[in-house]
Amino acid sequence: MLRGPGATDVALTVNGESVTVHGAPRRTLLDTLRETLALTGTKKVCDEGTCGACTVLVDGRPVYSCMTLAVACEGKSIETIEGIAKDGELHPVQRAFIDADAFQCGFCTPGQIMSIVALLRENAGPTEDDVRRAVAGNLCRCGAYPNIVKAGVSAGKRR
Amino acid sequence: MPRVVKSREEFEGEIFESLVLVEGKDLPLPAAGTEFSEIGRSRRRVDGVQRVTGRARYTQDVYLPGMLYVRVLRSPYPRARVRRIDTKKAEKLPGVRGVLHRFNAPKAAFRGEETIFREEVRFVGDEVAAVAADDEQTAVEALRLIEVDYELLPHVVDLEEAIGDMAPRLDTDGNVAEAATHKRGDAKRALKEADFVVDATYRTSTQVHNSLETHGAVAAWDGEQLTVYESTQHTFGVRQGLRTALKLPFSKIRVLCDYMGGGFGSKGGAGKYSIIASLFSMQLGRPVRCVLTREEENIAAGNRSATLQQFRIGGKAGRITAIEHTSWANVGQGRWVANPTGPTNTLYDIANLSSKSYKVVTNAGSLAAFRAPGYVEGTFALESAVDELAEKMGVDPLTLRRKHAGSPKDPMSGKKYSDKHLLECYRIGAAEIGWQRRRSGGIRGSAPHRRRGIGMATQIWGGGGGPPAYATVHVNPDGTVVLTAGTQDIGTGTRTVLAQICADELGVDLDAMQVRIGDTDHPYGPISAGSVTTASMGPAVRIAARDAKEQLLGAAAGVLETPKAELRLEGGAIVSKGARTPLGEILSKVENNTVIGRGARHPNDPDLSQRTFGAHFAEVEVDVHTGEITVEHIVAVHDIGRIVNPTTARSQVEGGVLQALGFALSEERFLDRATGRVMNANLENYKVPTVKDVPAKITVKFVDRPDRKANNLGIKGLGEPPIIPTAAAIANAVANATGARVRHAPLTRARVLEALAVAGARS
Repeated sequence: MLRGPGATDVALTVNGESVTVHGAPRRTLLDTLRETLALTGTKKVCDEGTCGACTVLVDGRPVYSCMTLAVACEGKSIETIEGIAKDGELHPVQRAFIDADAFQCGFCTPGQIMSIVALLRENAGPTEDDVRRAVAGNLCRCGAYPNIVKAGVSAGKRR
Repeated sequence: MPRVVKSREEFEGEIFESLVLVEGKDLPLPAAGTEFSEIGRSRRRVDGVQRVTGRARYTQDVYLPGMLYVRVLRSPYPRARVRRIDTKKAEKLPGVRGVLHRFNAPKAAFRGEETIFREEVRFVGDEVAAVAADDEQTAVEALRLIEVDYELLPHVVDLEEAIGDMAPRLDTDGNVAEAATHKRGDAKRALKEADFVVDATYRTSTQVHNSLETHGAVAAWDGEQLTVYESTQHTFGVRQGLRTALKLPFSKIRVLCDYMGGGFGSKGGAGKYSIIASLFSMQLGRPVRCVLTREEENIAAGNRSATLQQFRIGGKAGRITAIEHTSWANVGQGRWVANPTGPTNTLYDIANLSSKSYKVVTNAGSLAAFRAPGYVEGTFALESAVDELAEKMGVDPLTLRRKHAGSPKDPMSGKKYSDKHLLECYRIGAAEIGWQRRRSGGIRGSAPHRRRGIGMATQIWGGGGGPPAYATVHVNPDGTVVLTAGTQDIGTGTRTVLAQICADELGVDLDAMQVRIGDTDHPYGPISAGSVTTASMGPAVRIAARDAKEQLLGAAAGVLETPKAELRLEGGAIVSKGARTPLGEILSKVENNTVIGRGARHPNDPDLSQRTFGAHFAEVEVDVHTGEITVEHIVAVHDIGRIVNPTTARSQVEGGVLQALGFALSEERFLDRATGRVMNANLENYKVPTVKDVPAKITVKFVDRPDRKANNLGIKGLGEPPIIPTAAAIANAVANATGARVRHAPLTRARVLEALAVAGARS
């Protein structure tokens, strides 16, 4: 469908709910989530695809939402950090992050968690190396990496 | 009744004397053998759920109704005079609500200058103008429409060029200013009489904080009060900066910082972005957001100064007899210098010493405190030089250090340390790394072209904390507890350790606690920097909890009609002769009420020097073909008094080691000399460590003995110590492995190859 140059409607499924957002075709998925849908758990750190803080799942695959246009997600299912806890129960990866002290300032944490959630759907029992590969594109400036790796492995074990 | 007392504390290597208000008496240290319910126990972070669900609200996440977005026009030139600014086209763009620049902005004092938009811009990134618009894209477009007439002026950005005679003079007094000197004994003579002398020059490159949450503020003026949400390590410091700039009374400014995404020293007070957001909000009557981009964060939000350091170190009869240390630091447009000679002056008991520290101004972005400012740079040089001397003397470098590291006195001030277990750190670290395996000249690594070696280095830092710091403890009628303090949690776990201290002293469960911080409407809390937070706040929290407990026991005595002396508060219940009554049940017997306990941090003993000590050991492999360094194992041992939460303490150390790994191996800002531009102002080309750079093994150990003379808990700080000695330990391990001495951090492959070539030519 031909879109733009003016603002346009985009139908998305976000954390299981159907939403239609209205915005310029150049608007990123990240800005759409944060500013239009008030889902601010997904963080903007570099806005140019170099840090992984904005990682969300699109049809189950981890993507940098700052490098993805919202219009390109028409009809797709988006999962964000706000959507992975079910029925008031934290997702096993979230619990593992708390148990392993896998964050300090917490700003990279939503992106790290989403990368590992995606990994666990492909590989239910990841090794340390598997987790490292999954979060290789997620920077953590506080240096919580050793505990992030532990959390990823233990989240696999507890599922 | 509050009373005024004299206080003397160390902060980031400097001693400050002041008058502070305290109330009541300090508590004695808990008796030896006290069974703590919370202190010393590993606990999950009390704010963990908020942080892993994305519900934690950072400054970046504050979106207020009607909010405007600000973008800042920054100088593309390292030095220029702003002669004329034409904003007509920008103002006509639909959605633009305001433009500020030096010809129309109200005066707003900032760091000793009268205005935030200078006539002479002095680095690429200096603020020239700002636009407020309905959305960010409009603000960005408006910046392109602003026309500025610049008169270019001669500039210099490079440290060594700025020191030279040919450089343009940026200050009337020249570019170089003496910042600190220290002298004891006669270093010149002792060097002449020494049997061995190492004469070496060390360099460290500029490291950029790159906190993941960029600097930023959201300001909202409602006609009566200015509320500023800011990503900061010091809400009260921001309030002070805004008061100075805006001439508003404290009562009309409220600064909030619930969660913040890293600062590492760079977020110590109001920034120009806070003032710009506030000025626009007050002019336009709408909330205004000014949050820096990643590029701005790299060019205009501070950095760790590049340094040039000359060492002459002499030895005789198995001891270090003299040190001469001269340092020059590129502070850019900064007005202070982080002193690299601090560790040289204080770490070792060396009789003859002479040090000088110079501040060098250039047309580059200002320095900002960066996790152990000066000490990281200085320790790299000092601890490399000590190893070079040991090598020349033919003695074991750890043995040489032991001879100078045991003194119970601060060699600079002559005061006794409140406590010191540095030799114990050496003992533990040497055992953990297997120091006895270390061979002069290193050993073969996992392949013929890979060499393996072991090195170590020492750290000294402050972290004793002190007043002023206050806390209140509110106990609700249902027995739940709210601890309120004006401190911040910058990721170190402040909320958690303060909750533990409060719950422990009060006798309630951790899950009965809420901790509210990051608000200037709370009792004053110090800057979360200098590793002081736990040691400053903790003792105040303990007193506040004790105050509340005494009141609760008094209330319980009345309700239970039992003498107070027969009551205890334990696990959230009043215990009397074996019977337990939950606190909520006691308080529900009286009409609605809030029990409020108050606590103030009392001064340190002025006759003692409160310091933290530690040692890091590194085992590395070096690929002599490529110059690649693989750090196999880091052992970090620290003496920081009593550990409140072993889990968060361990995380702090691992984080410090990894940030140090960046400083040691990969992080380096590149400035183009001709244009003054930062060539790697992004996270792609500025190399922050990734998960793949983590050493195979990091061993963290604590001496974990309360510093009985430090404060009422025997605790000291930990934020900075673990970043200090890592780079030198790695450089020393590389030298041990290969014989190549790399005297410039980061130890990039190119520098390692160059040092290997020099070492090869010598042997």
